[in-house]
Amino acid sequence: MDTAYLSTSPAASASGTSPLVSVRRVSKQFANGTLAVRDVDLDLGAGEFISLLGPSGCGKSTLLRMIAGLASPSTGAIEWRGAGQDGAAGARPDLGFVFQDPTLMPWANALANVMLPLKLKHVPRREAAERAAEMLALVGLKGFENSYPRELSGGMKMRVSIARALVMRPKILLMDEPFAALDEITRHRLNDDLLQLWWKERFTAVFVTHSVFESVYLSQRIVVMAARPGRVMADFAVDAPYPRDDLFRTSADYASLCRLASGRLKEAIGS
Amino acid sequence: MSAPATATASPAHDGTDAEARPVLDREPHLFGLPASAWPRLLAPLCIGALALGLWEFLVRWNEVPSYVLPGPLLIGQTLVEDWSTLSGSLWITLRITFMALAAAVFFGVTLAVLFTQSKWLEMALLPYAVILQVTPIVAIAPLIIIWAGDIDLSLLICAWIVAFFPILSNTILGLNSADHNLVDYFKLHGATRWQTLRFLKLPAALPYFLAGLKISGGLALIGAVVAEFVAGTGGSASGLAYRILESGYQLKIPRVFAALIMISLTGVAIFLATSWISHLLLRRWHESALKREN
Repeated sequence: MDTAYLSTSPAASASGTSPLVSVRRVSKQFANGTLAVRDVDLDLGAGEFISLLGPSGCGKSTLLRMIAGLASPSTGAIEWRGAGQDGAAGARPDLGFVFQDPTLMPWANALANVMLPLKLKHVPRREAAERAAEMLALVGLKGFENSYPRELSGGMKMRVSIARALVMRPKILLMDEPFAALDEITRHRLNDDLLQLWWKERFTAVFVTHSVFESVYLSQRIVVMAARPGRVMADFAVDAPYPRDDLFRTSADYASLCRLASGRLKEAIGS
Repeated sequence: MSAPATATASPAHDGTDAEARPVLDREPHLFGLPASAWPRLLAPLCIGALALGLWEFLVRWNEVPSYVLPGPLLIGQTLVEDWSTLSGSLWITLRITFMALAAAVFFGVTLAVLFTQSKWLEMALLPYAVILQVTPIVAIAPLIIIWAGDIDLSLLICAWIVAFFPILSNTILGLNSADHNLVDYFKLHGATRWQTLRFLKLPAALPYFLAGLKISGGLALIGAVVAEFVAGTGGSASGLAYRILESGYQLKIPRVFAALIMISLTGVAIFLATSWISHLLLRRWHESALKREN
């Protein structure tokens, strides 16, 4: 890594294929008149790991919720790549969503929580239980199938939440500051494991965060947003190879990447 | 760039906060109960025994006639001697109480579900539920007895009116208090209304419903007793309230006390039973049922 780490062209790192989802001039105005998001254009490539980085109130969560279909844009459109090759817009595919809180059902054990999306789609119980157990093992929770959320630590609950999001093998995983409430040691472990899962499962990952370090560590591409109104200020690639691990986290490369990204963020939000 | 190994991080090392785990009961047991439970059990029993002893002593010392204030021993004796009459009445009161409670559970939960499915229905009907709740049951019991015709039915209606509201309002609160992020999650996965109700809202409402049930259990008994006082029916098929009225007229005050004690003990038993059901259903997951070590 001897060249510039941060390429300037937006979407340059998209994996060459047509985008999985395109956000087209999307704005969102709430009923009270607040303009949460203004004129956002964004292409998310299939298989990309993208971070939405910005201060609180910059509309990054709102944007994520609109991509998920939990909120609808006031103007503009969100277009999914069609199933066919004709380029026509398709329906929103199965997607995984991880909230800031684990958002588990406290009355159900870990296995039943992970089985939920399968149950809602009427997958037979046996098959659902098998797939859920497999997913729990994949996030490192083998043996905790019968534990209730109350009996699990914060990090373990978040692992269950990620397993639940991935059990449908979605094309895209949307995460809304999932590790913000965790301590740093736990967060580092979960970052590492998330990267390994992404590497293995090859989903598109959209990760909302307000941490420069987290976004640089995880993503191929960082989209910087600013507040009032929420808008995209910068969009750049992070040129560092995967796998990224503790060696990368302590390297000079990582430090300079963080410095550059931090500069971009400051420049973008003008402070 | 080679693919890293699969994620197999051991959760034991992910900075687990051990205090998040509920503390399992591991203290020494005495005669089948945890050691710390004994003082809680013995203290009120000692106070009770002392008070009864003092009562008996004062009644004998001052030679209070039994039609004014009978001593505890005489009350106990009456309880044993009149057991056949009193237990028959107890059974009748219990039957009314539990039928009213069952009806309250059925209508309370059904209406709560309907209200949360349709705001319009809630707006239209909830005020009447409130009116029903705030009108003193003693005041409307005579009307209900006239209208219903049948005494058993009117007693049932009175007890039901008193018991129904806590279940309705608590269940509505519970159904509306499901985690909004989980509601979003269900929406995200295209859950139907029925699925959201069955898998999310009803389980979320369970602790609230059970809190309502605890209140309503006692209220159903009070409703049944009050209504019978108003009805004042005689005959062999009468509940405990009528036994109190009847014994009062005949100045059989020990029997008044005996019937009173049976009503109180029934109320306590209903409370313990509903608390136990609540504990069984919530012990694995709800905050209220978990022990913590501080």
